[in-house]
Amino acid sequence: MTTPAFDTARWKPAALLPREDARDGALTFVVAVLCFIACLAGMTALSADRAAQGWRAQLTGSATVLVRPKGDETPDAAAARAAETLAGVRGVTQAAALEKAKAEALLEPWLGRDGLLDDLPVPRLVTLDLDPKAPPSADDLAKALKTAGIDATVDDHSLWMKDIARAGRMAGLAALGVAALVGAAAAAAIAFATRAGLAARRDIVEVLHLSGAEDRFIAGLFQARFARLAATAGLFGALGAVIIGAAVRALGGADGLTPALPVSWLDLLAPIPCPLIAAIVAALAARSAAMSLLRGMN
Amino acid sequence: MVRFDGVSMRYGRAPEVLRDVTFDLAPGSFHFLTGASGAGKSSLLSLIYLAQRPSRGLIDLFGRSVAGARRNELPFLRRRIGVVFQEMRLLEHLSAFDNVALPLRIAGRKPEGYRTDVAELLTWVGLGERMHAMPATLSGGERQRLAIARAVVARPDVLLADEPTGNVDQAMALRIMRLFVELNRLGTTVLIATHDEDLVARSGRPVLHLEQGRLAKAGPTPIEPPSAYAAEAPPPEETAP
Ligand SMILES: Nc1ncnc2c1ncn2[C@@H]1O[C@H](COP(=O)(O)OP(=O)(O)OP(=O)(O)O)[C@@H](O)[C@H]1O
Ligand SMILES: [Mg+2]
Repeated sequence: MTTPAFDTARWKPAALLPREDARDGALTFVVAVLCFIACLAGMTALSADRAAQGWRAQLTGSATVLVRPKGDETPDAAAARAAETLAGVRGVTQAAALEKAKAEALLEPWLGRDGLLDDLPVPRLVTLDLDPKAPPSADDLAKALKTAGIDATVDDHSLWMKDIARAGRMAGLAALGVAALVGAAAAAAIAFATRAGLAARRDIVEVLHLSGAEDRFIAGLFQARFARLAATAGLFGALGAVIIGAAVRALGGADGLTPALPVSWLDLLAPIPCPLIAAIVAALAARSAAMSLLRGMN
Repeated sequence: MVRFDGVSMRYGRAPEVLRDVTFDLAPGSFHFLTGASGAGKSSLLSLIYLAQRPSRGLIDLFGRSVAGARRNELPFLRRRIGVVFQEMRLLEHLSAFDNVALPLRIAGRKPEGYRTDVAELLTWVGLGERMHAMPATLSGGERQRLAIARAVVARPDVLLADEPTGNVDQAMALRIMRLFVELNRLGTTVLIATHDEDLVARSGRPVLHLEQGRLAKAGPTPIEPPSAYAAEAPPPEETAP
């Protein structure tokens, strides 16, 4: 005999399910791609949320006051007095009257630069930097101005804030929705493939069943097998998403490729649960498929 | 040990393939099951190894009613029954050794505890040189012996064999029969479905004879004493024309 003698003492039980088949490769690929897209969508959701928060912080950290000169006070004097008054309000870190030139520059696109401005009672702007942790309310500022006898309108950007917050929320929800949808597609693909895989191995299932294997023993084999497959696929998908995210972060800095979607290194941790989730979904799908196949047997 | 009481069975909505079958296999008994092709031999066995349920009648295994058993108890009943399937049903992705070890693994036994038993059994059925071989590389007779080794390895209380000598020569058939006799002597209840009238006649064992799904009243009378397999070598014989 050319084959070496069989060494009984070194025998180890072989895997009860066939190791590989062509379907496994295709399934791994599909699940990996779906996990990749789901991870990208998840990271986009985080990024959109961060962008919205950033804009909110910028807006809560500042306010604008429109000062209208009253009586014989010059606009500049009124603005200066308003700035002085507001600087004394709690929560205001800095108040500055916008110089005439700057105010004119701001209005120029609408009014042109034809010296008209000299004749018009141009309102002056006072810009405020606020303590973002405890910003004064628009009411607080208006009251202080009123006490000082200044006619002014306070804009604390609250109108904008609502829009910004809504836009940020929508972007985040949309990305989360995509992530959830793709996740569901991945789960369905896994469940479908598991069923097909089980049906193809029905003969093995039957022999195990008739040899006295308990349902949960047989289901456990398929559970472990498909969980491992999905975890591998999830790992590849997540890794792909992380590489893309890291590239965006490295190339674009904290702002990413666009300030609308800032990327943080921490976002790159988001895909970590992906392989685990994929494995759990696959295990559940395999379990239910195996159990329904087994229930069809006496 | 195995008791049928007015048992009928059918596949789906097809007509009944077994009708009103009643018998009782005493513990430690040895029976043959005969009948023309399609008479229902394999179907009857599948009722005993719990792959099918009767459409009518009662089946008792090991003194308890199968119909009354919960689903999660059935695996433990099955483990007490060794089956040589007509189509053998070897697991093609497992080696001969792993195929034989399968029932022991399923029963939760540790490899250290059964490795040598499996090797000995394989040697005994003449597969000592082919323990690592995959079933696809075995001859028909070798596959048959492998299926038999798997059926008996766990020392079942009941052994069912469906045409276990269909693919082997006379000498191997007698060797296999001696294995069954030996197991029977150790207490295993044996039921063998076969076409081999000669084998049945030589054994002198009682026969259950199926005719179109019905059990005939009595089997053919034994023509030789049960000691026919005791001889170590098969007796010289003219080959049948
Ligand atoms: N899985 C099945 N589904 C439907 N009908 C079946 C099935 N298995 C067997 N039958 C039918 O049941 C009847 C009895 O078949 P069975 O296999 O029990 O006969 P048998 O005595 O074992 O025959 P053989 O000697 O050829 O093995 C036959 O008419 C067969 O067509
Ligand atoms: Mg048959």
